[in-house]
Amino acid sequence: MKAFKNFTGLVAPLDRANVDTDQIIPKQFLKAVVRSGLKKGLFFDWRLNSDGSENRDFVLNKPRYQGSSILVARNNFGCGSSREHAVWALDDFGFQAVIAPEFADIFHNNCFKNGMLPITLKPEEVEHIFRATADYEAYRLAIDLEKQTVSDDFGWTAHFEIEPFEKECLLKGLDDVALTLAHEAEIAAYEAKHPVPYPVA
Amino acid sequence: MTAKTLFEKIWNEHVVLEKPGQPALLYIDLHLIHEVTSPQAFESMRETGRKVRAPRRTFATLDHNVPTIDQNKPIADPDSRIQIDMMRKNAREFGVTLFDIGSNEQGIVHIIGPDLGLTQPGMTIVCGDSHTATHGAFGALAYGIGTSEVGHVLATQCLWAEKPKTLEIRVEGKLGLGVTAKDLILGIIGQIGTGGATGHVIEYRGAAIEAFSMEQRMTVCNMSIEAGARAGMIAPDKTTVEYLRGRRYAPSGKDFELAAENWLSFRTDDGARFDRSITVDAPSIVPQVTWGTNPGMVTGVTGAVPYPASFKDPDERKTAEHALDYMALSPGTKIEDIKIDRVFIGSCTNARVADLKAAAAIVKGRHVSDHVHAMVVPGSHMVKAEAEKIGLDRIFREAGFEWREPGCSMCLGMNPDILKPGERCASTSNRNFEGRQGKGGRTHLVSPEMAAAAAIAGHFVDVRKWEKGQGAAR
Repeated sequence: MKAFKNFTGLVAPLDRANVDTDQIIPKQFLKAVVRSGLKKGLFFDWRLNSDGSENRDFVLNKPRYQGSSILVARNNFGCGSSREHAVWALDDFGFQAVIAPEFADIFHNNCFKNGMLPITLKPEEVEHIFRATADYEAYRLAIDLEKQTVSDDFGWTAHFEIEPFEKECLLKGLDDVALTLAHEAEIAAYEAKHPVPYPVA
Repeated sequence: MTAKTLFEKIWNEHVVLEKPGQPALLYIDLHLIHEVTSPQAFESMRETGRKVRAPRRTFATLDHNVPTIDQNKPIADPDSRIQIDMMRKNAREFGVTLFDIGSNEQGIVHIIGPDLGLTQPGMTIVCGDSHTATHGAFGALAYGIGTSEVGHVLATQCLWAEKPKTLEIRVEGKLGLGVTAKDLILGIIGQIGTGGATGHVIEYRGAAIEAFSMEQRMTVCNMSIEAGARAGMIAPDKTTVEYLRGRRYAPSGKDFELAAENWLSFRTDDGARFDRSITVDAPSIVPQVTWGTNPGMVTGVTGAVPYPASFKDPDERKTAEHALDYMALSPGTKIEDIKIDRVFIGSCTNARVADLKAAAAIVKGRHVSDHVHAMVVPGSHMVKAEAEKIGLDRIFREAGFEWREPGCSMCLGMNPDILKPGERCASTSNRNFEGRQGKGGRTHLVSPEMAAAAAIAGHFVDVRKWEKGQGAAR
């Protein structure tokens, strides 16, 4: 996995609660057998009109949000299906972090496996960011994972929590399979005491 | 010894490694796989030269992409065909059992696990699919994972996991006649919201749950994810043990009795503490119909589409406005006045024999409304065969339903079964998200009985009236 590097990026506001992974990337893109190239499916039904033309009202199509790398959304972002394609599509589109007051568990987990940082902030802090993106063109946030902060160019800063293990994996870009395989002895010992419960086929 | 919850007992038994400040390394007893969320995981295995650690604990099926007609013919959609062929190739190369199209065992992953007796109490079960919580109905810790974690389990048979919190949902009393497990879980999600159980493992308890069959318990646990829960579970009891007796992968003979004794030890001790508890009054639940674009947007069949202004929270109000716009519904419309175009009886939520039997009892001797296209998609070939043995296929066909072959089908429309833009569907599946059943399609989640009755009437009806023989038979 690629390591997470601190960065400063343009913020795109997706002012919706309960954004489910079916919206982030619809089913027709789940037939992919590789991880790459999924940006074409990101928010497909919102980004494009039925005739395939661009929906100019959708936030990610507005000129001022072109090149954004931080997505801010409302409560329960990433709910529903476990499809990791949602994170792959966000990543492929250029997002490196998502900010919301709460994330759905599986989406949250999937982010960490792909070097994407899900940042949980208090509702009033998220509200602050939404207002700022409306008030200022090119509103940017700087993300510092070591310090666990997001801050803007106007001196506003918010602190976020992250599990130490996940923080370390992101910072070092650790491959957690390799990490686990280092515990071969413990896994083998467990297996010796817990035989497969199924008859041999 | 301190009193423990069912969840804690299973968790503790599966910890391979635990250090302070770190997630636990959990051993996974059963890994279920399907064609959609596994190709990239196998690809990583290939790139790194890793092997599947426990092929005898790994079982694959084909479900999301499979067509529900002409399953014996090659799949027309090239992308679906590639994904399915990839699953076959991966299973072969990595030595994993695959229940392929054409075999008696093929079907929706969450239907066949229990069908075959793979799902057993006290186990940890994962699958790259959010509805894995279904297996929690057997008193297993079962949850959905992403593709990276699928790869992790393939290679290590373990997962790193932060210990979730516990939520007790105690369902007191008995459900009324015509009110189902589906109505109960929809009612619960309506009450706590689609993020109401985020970070928690739910244990469903109480008289109503104990009275449920395994099929009903699976319907309840299946939709735990729609409340945001990591998993949902129900303590094993006599019903669980009897369900598993004689199933292909369950122990047999004396081993079965020994296993059963162990299974029954997986229950929450008296005095064990949950992080949160809520109580639901079963008799107050009525048949449910969703009106919006997430499963928490639900009301009783006797109710009406709500006014967005009735939501105090501004986010919720905006979400409701958006949902009504998408659903093309006016606030105040009575649920029973909503006309439908399509009916889908199927999915890992409601495509077991008991579900089909309940729906068949409603449609028997009646006919699907002229303007409705209705289909039944059994959850697995085992379900289909059993249903046909008792003549359910004939009842449905005579009533004007299509009787299809097994798969996930129109629950998510990865195969050709999709809604056309603007079509309105009464569906026994689990998600009414925008475009879930087809771009522009409008989904209303209901029980199999409610879906069957809506197919006949052409609009939603209170199935409890039908049970009393007041139904509008044609």
